[in-house]
Amino acid sequence: MSAHEGTQHPISVYLRIWLLLFVLSAFSYMVDYFHVQGLPRWTLIIVFMFLKAGLIVSIFMHMKWERLALKLAILVPPLCLLVLIGLMAIEGNYTFLTRSVAFTP
Amino acid sequence: MAAEIMTGHIEPAGTVEGLPGVVTDFASDKQAFPVHWGKAMMWIFLLSDTFIFSSFLVSYMHVRMSSTVAWPNPSEVFALSLGGAPIPLILIAIMTFVLISSSGTMAMAVNYGYRRNRARTTSLMLITAGFGAMFVGMQAFEWAKLIIEEGIRPWGNPLGAAQFGASFFMITGFHGLHVSAGVIYLVIVALKVWRGDFERTGNYEAVEIAGLYWHFVDLVWVFIFAFFYLW
Repeated sequence: MSAHEGTQHPISVYLRIWLLLFVLSAFSYMVDYFHVQGLPRWTLIIVFMFLKAGLIVSIFMHMKWERLALKLAILVPPLCLLVLIGLMAIEGNYTFLTRSVAFTP
Repeated sequence: MAAEIMTGHIEPAGTVEGLPGVVTDFASDKQAFPVHWGKAMMWIFLLSDTFIFSSFLVSYMHVRMSSTVAWPNPSEVFALSLGGAPIPLILIAIMTFVLISSSGTMAMAVNYGYRRNRARTTSLMLITAGFGAMFVGMQAFEWAKLIIEEGIRPWGNPLGAAQFGASFFMITGFHGLHVSAGVIYLVIVALKVWRGDFERTGNYEAVEIAGLYWHFVDLVWVFIFAFFYLW
């Protein structure tokens, strides 16, 4: 632990990422401001979201400079959530359909 | 036994009996992650927190998908009138910029910590905590507006789907709790930096660990902003 490799960056790295996050946030706000709707809206929201999340995790949280074992231990388990999202989407659709049939006047 | 663990020397697995044996067996003689233990533990805590927030967001997805009543339009619900005309989502946008700025100052605090610059580390951490407190203040304003002016309750609201309130208060409330706890955590670590605690141990890892927590709070907001406010 004597040498903190990857933690001795010039401050300008963080300032640049900060600026980039500002710009990306402004873009995602613009999506709402200019009333982009439907598929382009969802695509843009997701793209800007993942770009921001990636910058925060890799640069601000220094994940980029960690060893692969730590990267995998932290970043792979959340992929299980895709299963949960998939299951709940199916379930949500089903609930919507049964409600539409049974409860809508 | 205890002294041996303190000095970093651990007996090989299977050689110690009783409860201390449980410890040596699990500890073995191998370290998986060559980082400060606090950092590895913080990452694992954040991983568990990821699952908590994801559960909330997935349950929100589920109630929004399954509701036969129209979902209130967040763009209009969170609009603020500035100078007469309502601007959509403006308060949320400002909150987003405040939180991102706090992440920027925190990243710089970690950097100055490793450079052993105590004054700058402390002040940048306190600025970060200040941004965090500002964020919580704006959230309190937002909650007050929704509860008092719009009549939104966890069990129903006059704008549409009843589940809107439950999802909103649960998700933003839990995030706000994280920000509040983070502000306290940052102030404590900042004061320890200022007092020179890490100067004695020569190890500024505590600043980076606090930073990890803070960046995570910002990270969660990125997802809440995308899925709850923009979707």
